[in-house]
Amino acid sequence: MSIDIQMPALSPTMEEGTLSKWLVKVGDTISSGDILAEIETDKATMEVESIDEGVVGKILIEEGAQNVKVGEVILQLLEDGETEADLGTPAASSAPEASSQSEDGSDNPGTTGIRHPENDDADTDKTSGMPQVKVANDPDIPTNIKMVETTVRDALRDAMAEEMRRDEKVFVMGEEVAQYQGAYKVTRELLQEFGDKRVVDTPITEHGFAGIGVGAAMGGLRPIVEFMTWNFAMQAIDHIINSAAKTLYMSGGQMRCPIVFRGPNGAASRVGAQHSHDYSSWYANVPGLKVVAPYDSADAKGLLKAAIRDPNPVVFLEHELMYGNTFDVPDMDDFLIPIGKAKVRREGADVTIVAHSRMVGFSLEAAERLAQDGIDAEVIDLRTIRPLDTETVLKSVRKTNRIVCAEEGWGQSGIGAEISAVVTSQAFDYLDAPPARVHQKDVPLPYAANLEALSLPNADDVYEAAKKVCYK
Amino acid sequence: MATKKASAKKQLKTSKSELLQLYRDMLLIRRFEEKAGQLYGMGLIAGFCHLYIGQEAVVVGMRAAMKDGDQMITGYRDHGHMLACGMEARGVMAELTGREGGYSRGKGGSMHMFSTDKKFYGGHGIVGAQVPLGAGLGFANKYLENGAVSTAYFGDGAANQGQVYETFNMAELWDLPVVFVIENNQYAMGTSVARASAQTELYKRGISFGIEGHQIDGMDVLAVKEAGATALKHARDGNGPMILEMKTYRYRGHSMSDPAKYRTRDEVNEVRHDRDPLDAVKARLEKEGWADTDSLKAMDKEIKAIVADSAEFAQTSPEPDPSELWTDVLLPVEA
Repeated sequence: MSIDIQMPALSPTMEEGTLSKWLVKVGDTISSGDILAEIETDKATMEVESIDEGVVGKILIEEGAQNVKVGEVILQLLEDGETEADLGTPAASSAPEASSQSEDGSDNPGTTGIRHPENDDADTDKTSGMPQVKVANDPDIPTNIKMVETTVRDALRDAMAEEMRRDEKVFVMGEEVAQYQGAYKVTRELLQEFGDKRVVDTPITEHGFAGIGVGAAMGGLRPIVEFMTWNFAMQAIDHIINSAAKTLYMSGGQMRCPIVFRGPNGAASRVGAQHSHDYSSWYANVPGLKVVAPYDSADAKGLLKAAIRDPNPVVFLEHELMYGNTFDVPDMDDFLIPIGKAKVRREGADVTIVAHSRMVGFSLEAAERLAQDGIDAEVIDLRTIRPLDTETVLKSVRKTNRIVCAEEGWGQSGIGAEISAVVTSQAFDYLDAPPARVHQKDVPLPYAANLEALSLPNADDVYEAAKKVCYK
Repeated sequence: MATKKASAKKQLKTSKSELLQLYRDMLLIRRFEEKAGQLYGMGLIAGFCHLYIGQEAVVVGMRAAMKDGDQMITGYRDHGHMLACGMEARGVMAELTGREGGYSRGKGGSMHMFSTDKKFYGGHGIVGAQVPLGAGLGFANKYLENGAVSTAYFGDGAANQGQVYETFNMAELWDLPVVFVIENNQYAMGTSVARASAQTELYKRGISFGIEGHQIDGMDVLAVKEAGATALKHARDGNGPMILEMKTYRYRGHSMSDPAKYRTRDEVNEVRHDRDPLDAVKARLEKEGWADTDSLKAMDKEIKAIVADSAEFAQTSPEPDPSELWTDVLLPVEA
């Protein structure tokens, strides 16, 4: 039985083309790889290669023929020992489903896209997204437990040290993490305890060492990659997103990447625009990542420990201006805070203030002042930006009917924009005022002290916004 | 440190069983890729599809030199690497058609397949990204003291990426067990090496880091294997990375929709007729009396049957269940 050679498609969208030239004639012996013909569309000319061997038995489409449908038989090839008598009836066009579906739309940009009727019966809820995973509550802290005053810096350090003691596969790499003891001293004394195999100084090559970290995670280790600041991680963002976040999905669940990327995020003091960027909303946008931004020492410790044990890539956003602040940390073995749970830091009935990282402090300060004005504010510390604990926020808004979203980053497409959208779509009927947002002014952060102060959000801004949504 | 250009052609030692196996492995890739090209032409494979035809000797020769446990990682032209690692033709082809039976259950496509079992770590779509990732696998090997070497493959185009040099620096600084295999097929999409590279001899790209480099005839599977064995031993013995520049050639366009107007048909034909990696092995097999027309035909038939079966499977395997949309985004946290 002869071999039918069909009109090929040059691209998934091609439906027909011109057979511009035959390069073989009946009787020619063909080897695999030989060029049979040239075909042409409005976009390109391409050569049709044979993947079969044999003798040209019959040419069915004339040179120069236009509008030849993809899948139509254009040539029949005789195999070893066959003669013209063996020429079969050419099979009917076997143009695949993809092109035949084009009547329902094509995959050209701007059209509705190919319809997939096979999905019609799916009971998947297309709007609600990922099945919600129940996140455990914070651990119960026994009343007799000793509280230890600890800086955020030392809490982060302790978290790494404890996890490195617990699991040999945990190591930390980054610029100045070892001999220098950390640019911000977060890795202080880790080198002394764990040695240079597990506390690795890197050259100043974020793109490269982030990639090596991700590769090491794929190879079975549990890296903690420190960026001296998240500003420099823009050099490495390809590996954080394309290599770390997407690979589990792209591999159908095979390739794991347990890695923590951590470092200071957001504004420092008087360091100018390139060193003062809050990336919360950038990373929060990406499925496949977890994004954590703690406020106090206990959360910094408990969440970093959880991040190191997490089987997924975690972006851990610290704040340089918080490193030296002191808070209580419970003196407990294995103090873990589950990722994905917000914390109500102050209960209140009149207005909800949602914040994360350093803005939590400003929000608590604003709440005290609001209390003097007779406004009882509830302050929610998001702690985790992805997955976002919308349940806690919605529950609060249904009680207070008002919300202020405070963040240090810019407003457009920010965390506050996201929370406002969630609240207006899921608790619209409960709102007595439009959601308010507090954020950095829409300019690169200036250096001059007075302009810097004007640009960054503070407790006054939160206070004013809360008054506004309370119509006071 | 030695940095050497490809040496003059000499006949390398081999055996009947070895050469037949190498030929078979290359033939499987060639027939598989031809079939993939055909299925693409039929609209059964969509999106990007980068074929490896012409470059078969590189990955087959390297794999023959590798030990079990050694890892492989590459860019988007990855079908040949997967087959060389021993991944099933069925699973690869079904991934190309976006079906449930594919290695990534239809969620990765041509450029994104993995097999932790066969030590194949992708399949990466961002040019050059596999180089630090591959060095990271080497980092893990050294840390875990498992004796394995990682092999990272990239093209002449990726060889100009900054992250490659960041990686060369760290790999040599830390003596990572990794072999960098530059598959110089002479065109980065449509741009020839000469038009894109100030230094066109890519094996020299490690000189400033102190990394030994060799240029190899990548169309000669035995030469590749020999060089691969040397580089793997060098890395395994704790001497750090080595660079192997494989001079090779891709017969097809960069991807399926590339009309390849940046080179002449004569240029392609010349390589095809004078330097084809399969033809060279075939000639040696016949010369040594290790195979004849009939036995080679029988092998071709057997390979074609494997490929036909994979194509059949790739069309009959169902599309992923719609519920798969939401799976594999995050792993559950163990209590």
